[in-house]
Amino acid sequence: MFRAIYEYFKEILLAIRGLINGMRITGKYIAHARKEIITQEYPDNRDTLQMFDRFRGEVVLLHNENNEHRCTGCSACEVACPNGSIEIIWARREDPETGKKKKQIETFVYHLSMCTMCNLCILACPTDAIKMGHDFEHAVFDRSQLTKVLNRPGSKLEKGVEE
Amino acid sequence: MYDFTTLVQSIGNFLHGQFSPGVATALEWTLVILVYLALYAILGLVLVYVERRVCAFFQLRLGPNRVGWAGTAQTVADALKLLLKEPVTVNKADKLLYNLAPFIITLAALTVISLVPFAKGLQAFDINIGLLFIVAVSSLGVVGILLAGWSSNNKYALIGAMRSGAQIVSYELSVGLSLLTMVLLTGTLQLSTIIETQANGWWIFKGHVPAIIAFFLYLTASIAEINRGPFDLPEAESELTAGFHTEYSGLKFAFFFLAEFVNMFTVAAIATTVFLGGWMPFHLGDWAGFNAVMDFVPPILWFFLKVSAVIFLMMWFKWTFPRLRIDQLLKLEWKYLMPLNLMNLVFTAILVYLGWHG
Repeated sequence: MFRAIYEYFKEILLAIRGLINGMRITGKYIAHARKEIITQEYPDNRDTLQMFDRFRGEVVLLHNENNEHRCTGCSACEVACPNGSIEIIWARREDPETGKKKKQIETFVYHLSMCTMCNLCILACPTDAIKMGHDFEHAVFDRSQLTKVLNRPGSKLEKGVEE
Repeated sequence: MYDFTTLVQSIGNFLHGQFSPGVATALEWTLVILVYLALYAILGLVLVYVERRVCAFFQLRLGPNRVGWAGTAQTVADALKLLLKEPVTVNKADKLLYNLAPFIITLAALTVISLVPFAKGLQAFDINIGLLFIVAVSSLGVVGILLAGWSSNNKYALIGAMRSGAQIVSYELSVGLSLLTMVLLTGTLQLSTIIETQANGWWIFKGHVPAIIAFFLYLTASIAEINRGPFDLPEAESELTAGFHTEYSGLKFAFFFLAEFVNMFTVAAIATTVFLGGWMPFHLGDWAGFNAVMDFVPPILWFFLKVSAVIFLMMWFKWTFPRLRIDQLLKLEWKYLMPLNLMNLVFTAILVYLGWHG
């Protein structure tokens, strides 16, 4: 019987200890609330807003300063895309330097309206030509504006990618 | 130094001098009603803002910070929005009870704050059975909740209302018993006299361990009684959409919402009055200088300071602890709170018999 009474009070004291532990954690939060707030005041801090590294806003084709990209037109991303957001239109053209015919991209079409930001195209790309951009303000007034051409006009393949 | 008795008396004398006794009494009543209604509305607005802000800080968010300075006008904007909304009534609702429910809840909440002594002489209704009256009237609110749930003709509302009924029936016991423990110490039920007995120290210090236990038991039980988290089963958002007020909109919903927050104030005010010395300033033994400084702070400020401390504690509870399941809720009351309360009561009785208190 005394055992039962002991267990009863022990249970109560353990419960109180658990509750106090919980309150200590939230108490720590409110004590440091000013410094540790994780909410962004978005429209106000637009200029200084830093998105997280792993944030997926849109697919971008990287270009360097000489207007060169790394896309060979292999269409691996197009195949990997589960909902057909990427269409690569390519052609065999003569390379001005070597004179050989070579596969090149004409247009890298990206349908932002269909993209679910699943990241599969980036994983599929063998040359790391595309990556996820951090821009997230995609609102436009017409749906057709969401179909984008990612390769810049006059851009060509960066040297040494295919070797 | 700060005594409101003369001020109240002079207003009464002025009215009685100007008008015939009947008219003067009616005017006094009207004045009291207006003051308390204003207090009711202001309390609601302030508490809703404070709740949202404090909750936000607990969760490392910002909370409302756009309307007015640091978002202080947010609740005013919300109230205006609620006033302008269309009052939608369910077709198959019991119209009379449906419309009656918000008023019963408001009435219960208002009646209880009329007994709260804000400062010396600043109390609308000082009867000699004050504490008993509070315990009796505060549980009337559940009638409103039950009516709201029943008359809405909605299964979620009904389940919420029934949970509330079960909750009140259980937790009313603990509230009553923990207050009874304190009545043993104070020897009176009248709220103004209870405060007078704490002139040389608050009961939570004077009453040794039993008073501290009673304070936490009272706080737990009354949080459950006013359906506040972690005991907010009647309106458990994730289970019952909005519980008993699912079918209410516009102003009628505002009544429920306001009553909930004013009830929180009432519970804190009673806890302050009984355990924390009401409007009595904090005194530390024989330090005359320190005591004089504390006396300089107006009692009404002391009262609201203590009430806000208790309210903060309640918010801390709400935003830390997860909601209980209904069987856990009833187990907590019948297996833990009530036996502890009874033990505490006997313990206090022995203490009082030996004359160790105050």
